[in-house]
Amino acid sequence: MKTNRWTDCGNWILDRFPLTKFWNEHMAHYYAPKNFNFWYFFGSLALLVLVNQFVTGILLTMNYKPDAKLAFDSVEYIMREVNWGWLIRYMHSTGASAFFIVIYLHMFRGLLYGSFKQPRELIWIFGMLLFVALMAEAFMGYLLPWGQMSYWGAQVIISLFSAIPVVGEELSLWIRGDYVVSDATLNRFFAFHVIAVPLVLVLLVLLHIIALHEVGSNNPDGIDIKKNKDANGIPLDGIPFHPYYTVKDLVGFAVFMFFFAVVIFYMPEMGGFFLEHANFIPADPLKTPEHIAPVWYFTPFYAILRAVPDKFAGVIAMGGSIVVLFLLPWLDRSKVRSIRYRGGIYKKALLLFVISFIGLGYLGTQPATPGATAVARVLTAVYFGFFLLMPIYTRWEKTKPVPDRLTEQPSLEDRIPDFVETFNEVTIKTEGKSGLFSRKLNYQGLSAVSIRFLKKIKGSLD
Amino acid sequence: MNIEGVDKSKRQFLTSALTVVGAVGTGYIAVPFLAQMQPSTKAMAAGAPVTVDISKMEPGQLIRVAWRGKPVWLLNRTPEVLETLKTLDDQLRDPQSSESIQPVYTKNSTRALKQEIFVAIGLCTHLGCSPTFRPEIAPADLGPDWKGGFFCPCHGSWFDLAGRVYRGVPAPTNLEIPPYRYITDTQIIIGEDTVETSA
Repeated sequence: MKTNRWTDCGNWILDRFPLTKFWNEHMAHYYAPKNFNFWYFFGSLALLVLVNQFVTGILLTMNYKPDAKLAFDSVEYIMREVNWGWLIRYMHSTGASAFFIVIYLHMFRGLLYGSFKQPRELIWIFGMLLFVALMAEAFMGYLLPWGQMSYWGAQVIISLFSAIPVVGEELSLWIRGDYVVSDATLNRFFAFHVIAVPLVLVLLVLLHIIALHEVGSNNPDGIDIKKNKDANGIPLDGIPFHPYYTVKDLVGFAVFMFFFAVVIFYMPEMGGFFLEHANFIPADPLKTPEHIAPVWYFTPFYAILRAVPDKFAGVIAMGGSIVVLFLLPWLDRSKVRSIRYRGGIYKKALLLFVISFIGLGYLGTQPATPGATAVARVLTAVYFGFFLLMPIYTRWEKTKPVPDRLTEQPSLEDRIPDFVETFNEVTIKTEGKSGLFSRKLNYQGLSAVSIRFLKKIKGSLD
Repeated sequence: MNIEGVDKSKRQFLTSALTVVGAVGTGYIAVPFLAQMQPSTKAMAAGAPVTVDISKMEPGQLIRVAWRGKPVWLLNRTPEVLETLKTLDDQLRDPQSSESIQPVYTKNSTRALKQEIFVAIGLCTHLGCSPTFRPEIAPADLGPDWKGGFFCPCHGSWFDLAGRVYRGVPAPTNLEIPPYRYITDTQIIIGEDTVETSA
């Protein structure tokens, strides 16, 4: 048989490095459940955003100066004078917010389908460590532009450590390296942001994926596909990750990048949510901005901190709101994983939790008025109630029977007749015109359809 | 060749001994690695005292100066303000300043050397924001209970015009007061006092 040089070269490597084994284990022969839906895009999207942050971050360090006297101006220099600097910086700043959007949706998927439950506890733990590392990365990165919000945000968050009894003051002094947030703090946060924490993130991503591929992916039905295997030991309901899910994820990438580009080009500051207005003023250690708030992805936890009228207890509550997430696999006593087969009480609890999380997130962006604080206290109670009461309400919930094999959900195509029928019900044909605009709204039909829709939503909570 | 077999206890001892030596070495190298993040000698030396001229201060006026990178406030309090301060004790968490940080010579009812001039570090004792100066009585956003004071916009802590914290707000103690003394009647030096005492 004639072999060419490329094959020879390839074989030379394969004889010395387990590339084929690695590829098969994690891609070509990794069998994932065949029923992944919309919620399963966010894992690979998180990886895409991570790559975006690495590439744009490395480029930004080429012009950024981690010096309290130069930092603010160097960021403006990147924005105005470096070729394409504005694009790279907006990709990085928007990427930070996109990262949290993707990660929150990824975590919510876990809550929906019980992906944290036995045997995937360790995947959840690694994921939560990733979340904490990501928060540290985002927080330290936010100091680097050295604007007003950077400065006072860091001042507040570092002061959180001073609430710890006995060692607190010493600890916050050690973190800052000075009596106030200063050049020393900026310089070390730069070191952590570009070297230390990214290394930890990469390591944790590897651990997260290795742990996942050891036990196999969960799915929207929460059924273990390894229970039903064919004669070759391949799960009957599994499909190889490559090419099936690599291609599916590429579609997710394309859709994500469309929205990402819209934000970068048309609303990079997102009305002050992604880049806060006060951060366009250089840091002034003598004056706190009138209204300070963290970037949107920290606001739920910030609102919990503010809701407690005691310094140390507030810090404990904020820390507890994250620690409690780690305990989730052991708080949930339900026998089924997926929300599809859970009882109504978990669905209602999850709905309340989502409302409290979004509500706290909103309140965290607003000034601390007495009314807002009262609402934040109620929502904080709901937030903790969801987790701490979970051992009780999940133990007694009435679950539905779980099928043996994955279920088939109707595809978008299957639903077209339904859509046509609904369209015909909410509109009436008028005379004189033709085509789509020949129909006008039928209010009776519209109300009938909405009532049916609301009843269906209500029913889905049982 | 060894014909007596392996003496596992010796191996165990050597392994343990080496582990201990390694741990001690790691401990030693950890000290400089961690300690280098402490404030440098330069940062510690930067706390030079600051002299402030108060001769041009109007009644009711607040000026800000930087000392050790922190904002320090000097406020010229009017007689009306001093009257109001006497009526607030039951709404305050620490009216006698017994749990707060200040030099002993300012641990009095107005928290000052001379009661008209109030000197304090302008950082909230909660999480270190700089509170805003709100001398007006009962403004719309703070409500009718507001008697003039400092309001922290970050987490809603209230302080009166002697830097004393109100009850039911996140800040635990009164605003910190730096060591200071009068050089002359119109000059204050911040960061230095004649006697080396602070409580």
